[in-house]
Amino acid sequence: MDALARLGRVGIDFLENLGRAHLLLWAMLRGVDDLMRRPRLLVEQIHSVGVLTVLIIAVAGTFVGMVLALQGYYILTQFAAEQMLGVMVAASLVRELGPVVAALLFAGRAGSALTAEIGLMKATEQLAGLEMMAVDPVKRVLTPRFFAGLISVPLLGAMFSALGVLGGFLVGAGLLGVDAAGYWSVMQTRIDFYGDLVNGGIKSVVFGVACTWIALYQGYEADPTSEGVGRATTRTVVHSSLAVLGLDFILTALMFGE
Amino acid sequence: MVKRSTEISVGLFMLAGLVALFFLAMKVSNLGSKGTDGGYLVTAHFQNVGSLKEKSPVTIAGVRVGRVQQISFNEKTFEAVATLYIEPRYDQLPKDTFAKILTAGLLGEQYIGLDPGGSEQFLEPGDKITMTQSALVLEDIIGQAIFNQAEGGGNAF
Repeated sequence: MDALARLGRVGIDFLENLGRAHLLLWAMLRGVDDLMRRPRLLVEQIHSVGVLTVLIIAVAGTFVGMVLALQGYYILTQFAAEQMLGVMVAASLVRELGPVVAALLFAGRAGSALTAEIGLMKATEQLAGLEMMAVDPVKRVLTPRFFAGLISVPLLGAMFSALGVLGGFLVGAGLLGVDAAGYWSVMQTRIDFYGDLVNGGIKSVVFGVACTWIALYQGYEADPTSEGVGRATTRTVVHSSLAVLGLDFILTALMFGE
Repeated sequence: MVKRSTEISVGLFMLAGLVALFFLAMKVSNLGSKGTDGGYLVTAHFQNVGSLKEKSPVTIAGVRVGRVQQISFNEKTFEAVATLYIEPRYDQLPKDTFAKILTAGLLGEQYIGLDPGGSEQFLEPGDKITMTQSALVLEDIIGQAIFNQAEGGGNAF
């Protein structure tokens, strides 16, 4: 009986969390007209969420592209198909690695910071203070951060893919001696704008919403203690990563599955 | 108040992201090579196009001059009709140009190679290339080799 009750509690907790998360999402989306009137809040948040994440994205993207070229060359050369290196690098980056790895890095670098920030604001009663001054903390604090994440993640994903393709080109054409013009021309004939790029972009937007939403919800619902904020931060990274990987599978099955 | 340096860095960030998107669209995907503005279309009739696909390259002397726009089947002549898009700057191809379907490497993709003829007249938009060589189909070659071997007592290879 006890076990049954525990299982029931897990289910109720889950649904309760899901419900509160959606209410928070709705409240954040309703703050969009306030945000339009104060775009400076958004600029500030894009700086802390997006700009500061660029460095790790740039380094990771370049290196992932270079490693893809090295490994891809090793396989392709066994089938005398080195000229397909560009397609292999670009397709894996644009379709999968760009959106997914950029979102994972975003969750680790920016999502955790968001959760800690909001959680501390709650623990030090700044959110309550805002409410006392008749300022809606969701509209004033959470909405700009949500939209900053929503805008930043696709841009970061695009940077990741672009730098990865360039990194692959550096290794492929510079180090391994693949024909430089062939790298680009075969890539251009095989990568489709709508089928590959737009689908990758849609993935990026979905991941951006998921990561930012999870980070803000965890911060907003964190226990207002130092331990609670720490736990919430861990949960953000774990839940965001799982959400990205799970959503990626579903989106890939929908977009690329015949 | 947002600091000016913050604003500038955000501006740079947005710009870099958009440049990356533009780079992906123009340089990586086929969007940059789309559109038939200025170029012209000619058709070539083949007995068999093999695994030639739309967007396959069209080359002369190994240089890419266009791509395959469309492949269809003519029910009257039972031939495959490939519509070739040739880039605008290559507008002086002789009328008796020869079109072959070639394969890049043993397992590579198939493309169309054009061999310019000696005519003084040039291909016009909508013209038909009459002299063509079909794709080599592996099964046909193997079948022919086996047939020859059976006939010639093993000297065919």
